[in-house]
This record gives sequence, structure tokens and C-alpha cells, in this order.
Amino acid sequence: MAEQFDAAQRQKYWSKTSRLMWIIFALWILFSFVIPLFAIQLNTIKFLGFPLGFYMAAQGSLIAFVVLCVWNAIAQNKIDEEFGVQED
Amino acid sequence: MADSKAAGGGFLGNLGKIYLGYTGGFIVFTLALGVFEQMGMPNKVIGYCFVILTIGVYAYIGILSRTMDLSEYYVAGRKVPALYNGMATGADWMSAASFISMAGGIYLGGFNALGYVLGWTGGYVLVGILLAPYLRKFGQFTVPDFLGTRYEGNGARLCGVVVLFCASFTYIVAQCFGIGIITSRFLGIPFEVAIFVGLLGILVCSMLGGMRAVTWTQVAQYVILIISYLVPVVWLSTKMYGIPIPELTYGAALEQIAQLETKLGVVKHFTDGFTDVKGQFSWTEFNNFWALVLCLMIGTASLPHILMRYFTTPSVREARTSVAWSIFFIFLLYFTAPAYAAFAKLEVYQNVIGQPIASLPAWVQNWSQVGGLLTIKDGNSDGILQLSEFIINQDIIVLSMPEIAGLPYVVSGLVAAGGLAAALSTADGLLLAIANALSHDVYYKMIDPKASTARRLLVARGLLVGVAIVAAAVAGTRPSGIIQMVAWAFSLAAAGLFAPLVLGIWWKRTTKIGAISGMISGFGVCLFYLVMTRYWPADFKAMFGTDLWWGIRNISSAVFGLPVAFAVTYVVSLMTPEPSKEMQAFVDSIRTPGGAVVSHV
Repeated sequence: MAEQFDAAQRQKYWSKTSRLMWIIFALWILFSFVIPLFAIQLNTIKFLGFPLGFYMAAQGSLIAFVVLCVWNAIAQNKIDEEFGVQED
Repeated sequence: MADSKAAGGGFLGNLGKIYLGYTGGFIVFTLALGVFEQMGMPNKVIGYCFVILTIGVYAYIGILSRTMDLSEYYVAGRKVPALYNGMATGADWMSAASFISMAGGIYLGGFNALGYVLGWTGGYVLVGILLAPYLRKFGQFTVPDFLGTRYEGNGARLCGVVVLFCASFTYIVAQCFGIGIITSRFLGIPFEVAIFVGLLGILVCSMLGGMRAVTWTQVAQYVILIISYLVPVVWLSTKMYGIPIPELTYGAALEQIAQLETKLGVVKHFTDGFTDVKGQFSWTEFNNFWALVLCLMIGTASLPHILMRYFTTPSVREARTSVAWSIFFIFLLYFTAPAYAAFAKLEVYQNVIGQPIASLPAWVQNWSQVGGLLTIKDGNSDGILQLSEFIINQDIIVLSMPEIAGLPYVVSGLVAAGGLAAALSTADGLLLAIANALSHDVYYKMIDPKASTARRLLVARGLLVGVAIVAAAVAGTRPSGIIQMVAWAFSLAAAGLFAPLVLGIWWKRTTKIGAISGMISGFGVCLFYLVMTRYWPADFKAMFGTDLWWGIRNISSAVFGLPVAFAVTYVVSLMTPEPSKEMQAFVDSIRTPGGAVVSHV
């Protein structure tokens, strides 16, 4: 691996990995803080019989967290394979 | 027998079959007890059967998994597949606070308490993207190991051990407390004795087999805790709305609650966000909500007993997948908890408040006879129960749900077994994190680097027993409420460990001096705020002219420690010379899954 994986490749690999991290990080902030903090406004909307603000804090954001973790695992594995740095 | 596990093929090759068989066996056992109950088996005997049988199974797994191998003892031989590590992490994670107290907290606090639901799930996103795969690639035994390697020396290692000890010890005291409550209630023995009975349950799981034993018991404990959490509420949902998915049906319950709130004149509405007791919007509640969510999430990504679970997977890839499994298994419980709260609230508003005290539902009468958990006081002596005359403790919402749903006593025993599994599994993980840091990082790395394997394992086991006894003794003094102690642990870990761990991987420029000063100052600020506002509020007020900074409660102390930790690490790192080429190569090597970890020494 060390032969093909020079400094430039490493740089590229890490910037792709970082970009994925920042995108998921931003979505994490959205679902952890931004949406819950608008609960009062969202509560005026009904969703599946729930006030939406309550629903998001009790279920919606949680579903998003699970999806983010699954997405991270799949996307990062793809990046690893693209650069050939996955484990043998 | 123990060899069949070490050999790998026998046990590891048949994990699915073994745990499916175990789950089936547990269900048959529960059903059989249900039949015996109908035939007249007394409730007390059913309670004993559940507690003794489940602890017996954990002990059996613990003894089968005994080991004399260091890698098996510290990291389960790094053979735990992602799915099972996810279940083990779920049990490791969900403690007495999640299982027993959280739904009750939502019952009492409404929307404001959803901060716990959010905070105790979202942190896994950070674990997955920032830490777990890189710590797995690093591939040593403990979290302070990483700090000692990345920040070259025992200074950072020792700081890590101190923070780990403070956070995990606070946490484990809370778990011993929970174990004492459950064991004493279902075995009918005094609290102080019950703590030590529970302690035996913890030690027998972890002492002989270390991480290997704890991993395979935690998987077994997860199965019991999730079944017992879901059964009562699924049953109630089916009974009330005809659909066995409480997460969908409690929306209707919320609607009924809203109507009853108007009828009963409740000013603080259940689903309203950031309201104070008068039902008005409050900036204090608003600030505390986001502060708590932040501290719990960052704490998740800093607590060593959770991070060290990802040291046990066979590869970096599996570590990542395992984070996804972990949050899925945890999610199953957390998104059900608000349903418990809503159904209990509806039951109380519909069938308890406004009823003649002489004809209250049976569950109210039963629980009001157990001291201090449910109080009924007919203040105006009219024989009718008013809202203000009914006081309920948050810990009984989950425990009384089987009776609210009209289920037989065997389900109450099942819930007790689940609560016990939750508390035991977390206590085991914490105990191992503390004892491993003391035996590996302090004893082996700092005191006696030449110690033989046999001696290291002996020290590890001795410390395990010692720490467990001290934790149980402290819990016996009933220092504070479960949820509060647990939240403190999160703040302490977040303020002390998050910055050095994340920056150590993501910012090569972080230096040894920078990280150490960041840890000390961040942790110091957090500890100062927590201790002063908790134990010396008068002095704190004299110093700063206010009871609390911006009204932030001390369970979220890390809100002040975290920015300090990051800022100090950043500034001091820039002021000190750049880390060596070798160290930068080391950081590069843990960033990629393949290849060897570069040694910088």
C-alpha cells in the first residue's frame, strides 16, 4: 500500500474523509439543535397526529441520527476502497 | 468449556444460534412463570425467580469466559463482530437512568425532558465520525493509552486517568444505587444489603473474564432489557388503539392529554417547549435544554467505557458498522420512552384525577403503600382526588406500567429483570474501564513496566474488586439522585476528554503541552462550577453575584469547560513547537484503516 499511497494521495484521501465528516457534522447540528429549538413554532403543525416539534425531538431527530451513522459507515467504506486503503 | 470460546470456531462461529436459543429460552421461562402464576405461585416467588435466574445466567457466561490472556481480558481478543458489539454497547450504554427514570422524567417534565432522549442518542454520530474508527486503528487497550501515545508521555496519560476516574466513578455510584433499589424491592431485603448482593452480580460477570466476559454478558443483558422494556407498552398500545406499535399510537394519546389538560385546568402543557411551571416560555428552560443536549452528546463521545467497546471489533470497518448498530439498538428503547410517559399521563388524567379516593385504580392503591413513591393526600377532605393532591415519583412510571396495562404480575417481574440487566451491564462496563485504566495505565505503564502477564492480570482483578466495593459503599450513603449523578459524569468526561481526543486525531498541530493544559483547564472549570454550585452555593454567589451562570444548572457544567478546553489547547499548541515528523506520521497512520500504525518512538 505504501508505494501507491504517496503524500498527494494521502492529502486527497483525508480531504474527502474530512468533507464527509463536516457534512454529517452539519446535519448533526441541524437535528440536535436547530430543529428542536424551533419546537414552539413546529408544534403548530400536526404530523401523524403528533405536534411536529414534539415529534421531531422524540422520534424524528433520533431516526435521523441512526441514518447518519449508517450513511457514515457506508460512505467512508467507499472512500477507503476508492483509495485502496481498506484493511486486507 | 472455556477453551471452546478461545478456539473461536465453537462459540464465535455459532453466535446467532446461541443467542437465538438463549432468547427463546428466556421467553419460554417467562411464559412458564406466567402459567405458574395462574396456578397460584405467589408474587414474591416470581420476583425471586427472575432476579436469581438472570443473575445466574450472567454468572454462568462470566465463568465460561474466564481468561488468562491479556488481549482477551482487555479487549475481548478483538473478535467481537459489529452486530454483537452494537448490542453490547447498547447494554453498556443504557443504565438504570435510561431504563427506570427517563420515561418518568418525560412524564413529569413533558417536552423539556426530551433533552435526555436527544442527548443520549445523538452523541453516537460524533463517536462514529470523529473517534471510533481511529481509536480502533490505534489498537491499544485503553483511552488513556491513546493520550499517552499521542501526547508523548505519562503526563497526558495521568490526566486522562484522573478524568476517567472522576467521570466513571460518579457514574458507577449511580448504577450501584439503582441496583440497590431494584434488588431491595424485588427480593424484599434492606437497601444497604441489596447493594452488596448486586455487587456480587457485577463482580461475577467481570472478574474472571474481563472484557471478554463483560461483552458476552452484555449481549445477553441487552436481549432481556429490550424485551422487558417493549412488552408492557406494546401490550397497552394494542389494548387501547388496536395497533401494537406504541411509537405510532401515542400521538392519539397526546391529543387526548391536551383535551384533558384544558378540562382539568393544567397550565403547563405536556407537549409545549421550554415552558416553566406556570406554562410560560422561559429563557432559563430554553438555555438549559440546549446546554443539556450538548453536554450529554459530547459526553457520549468522551466516556471511556463506551469508547473502549470499539477497541474490541476485528477491524476499523467493523468499528464503523458497529457504531451504526449501537445507535440502532439504543434507538429502539429511546424512541419508545416518550410513549410510556404519554400513556401513563393519559391514565392518570383519565382514571385517577377527579375520581373518588375510595375507588382509585388498583395500581395506584398498590404503589401508594410502598413508601414515598406515590403519595395521595386529600387536602380539602372532599373524598375526590385533585391534581395537586397526587404526587408521583419518576422512577415508578416504568415499573408500574404492567399494572396500568392490567398485565399479570409476571410482567412486573420481567420489567424488574430488565431494569437489573440495564444497571448491571452499565456498572460492569464502567468498573472495567476504571480498573483497566488503573491496572494498565497506572500500574503497568507508570509503576512497573516489567510486570509479568500473570502479575498484571492479578493487579487488574484486585483493583476491580477494590473499586467495586468502594463504589457500593459510597452508593450506600445515597449521595444524590440517579439521573443527576449520571448527568454529572457526562459533563466531567466531556470537559476533560473530548478536546484532546478529537484534536489529537483531527489536528496534527496539537502539541503535548497544549493538550495537557487544555485538559486541566477545561476539566478544572467544569469541576469548579459543578462542585461550587452543588456544595457551596453561598460562596459561589459571593464570588460572582449570581446563583448560576446564565441560569445553567450544574448537570450541564461542561458547557463552560468545553470551550475553555478547546481554546486553551488551540492557543497553547500554537505557542509551543510543532509535533515531530514521527508524530505526524503516527497521526497519518491512524487516519487510514489499512497499513501499520507508525511508531513515533
